[in-house]
Amino acid sequence: MNLAKSMYANVLVLSPEGRLDHDNCAEFHLALERYLDETGHLAVRGVVFDLSGLEYVSSAGLRCFMLAAKQARAHGGKISIAAMQPVVGEIFEISRFNLILDAFPTVRAALESLSPESARAYDQA
Amino acid sequence: MRVRFWGTRGSIPVSLTWRDLRDRLAEALVAGNGRQLDTMTKAHEFVEQHLPFSIRSTYGGHTACVEFEPGGDEYFVCDMGSGARAFGEHVLARHAGRPATVNVFMSHVHWDHIMGFPFFGPAYVPGMRIRIHGCHEVLEQAFRLQQSPPCFPVPFDQLSADIEFVRLAPGQTAQVSGVSVTPKLQLHGGDSYGYRFDSAGKSLVYTTDSEHKLENVMDTEGFVKLFRNADLVVFDAMYSLADTISVKADWGHSSNVVGVELCQMARAKRLALFHHEPANNDARIEQILRETARFEELTQQGHRLDVISAYDGLEIDL
Repeated sequence: MNLAKSMYANVLVLSPEGRLDHDNCAEFHLALERYLDETGHLAVRGVVFDLSGLEYVSSAGLRCFMLAAKQARAHGGKISIAAMQPVVGEIFEISRFNLILDAFPTVRAALESLSPESARAYDQA
Repeated sequence: MRVRFWGTRGSIPVSLTWRDLRDRLAEALVAGNGRQLDTMTKAHEFVEQHLPFSIRSTYGGHTACVEFEPGGDEYFVCDMGSGARAFGEHVLARHAGRPATVNVFMSHVHWDHIMGFPFFGPAYVPGMRIRIHGCHEVLEQAFRLQQSPPCFPVPFDQLSADIEFVRLAPGQTAQVSGVSVTPKLQLHGGDSYGYRFDSAGKSLVYTTDSEHKLENVMDTEGFVKLFRNADLVVFDAMYSLADTISVKADWGHSSNVVGVELCQMARAKRLALFHHEPANNDARIEQILRETARFEELTQQGHRLDVISAYDGLEIDL
């Protein structure tokens, strides 16, 4: 799956695309670990997952977000979810992931909640 | 094959309180306002057709006990939770004094799965034959222990039935009175075992008190094999997916979402949500069922899985 990354001030935005399921979650998890490890050494406040391109997520894929949240916390950061497609939003609710991960309707709103500098950087990009 | 649920609750029995009953009676009366419900027939029809399950009925509160009838004279039942008391009455009433054979299959010996046995009437009747199957070394010890002083007044040795303990080996299919029985090791404190029962072209999977580690591909494949094309999978859906991989990780239970996914991969026909969280009331369980059916709808890929939520008294013909 494609996993684009962008940096806005002190927040990393990761944008997975397509389907995230049992077949590719290990690859996704490894990529996340790498990114989060890299950002752990920088002054990154958090990571926003821009899910506007994600069409489907399975239980194994949801677990990756949970692990990412734990890893980010270990580095003193935080993760947020943004711009979910309706189907993915429903899966988050049914699995109750909406209760343990912060979700925002837009990437900008998620950035704003993590750091105002990142939201300004996003506006200027 | 007919499947009959005598107990569907997880961990500890629960019951409706007077408040629960009062409130749902009030809701029913309000819903029926203005209708001419002046006969029992009309009232029954209204209740069945216009009230949601969580108002007109209850999922019930007995702990795990699920009977299945593969045909023939012998009884087959999974676990001896508190639902076993009513199951025992059913056996005695149906057999009316004649000796019967009851084949029990134990997922594990935690208290909620054995607590009904001291109240299982056939155990007190001479001539009754009870064969308790399981994979745990401590199977017999656990049954004896719960009837030892000071926990219960009738010691196990005073039971009049002919009681035999039969050890099964996980992964090996055994023949029990014409039924193929395949136990499978599951992840739960002290281990638990799921079972696949095959008889006359029908298949039932009973898998409760089982946690699934999503990163374990071998585990997933093993359960997909157990569930393959099953007519019914009775599945531990005690917690939400988020809970099972966060605050309740390693508690030994699973979720509705994983139940759907495993059944879809295995192309099972029907999923029964089971081992309901005791803190969930009927409305909550009904909501979880609606959401699970929606999840199945969102994720089905050319295979339709029927999703139900088990309740005490439910009967299903496979």
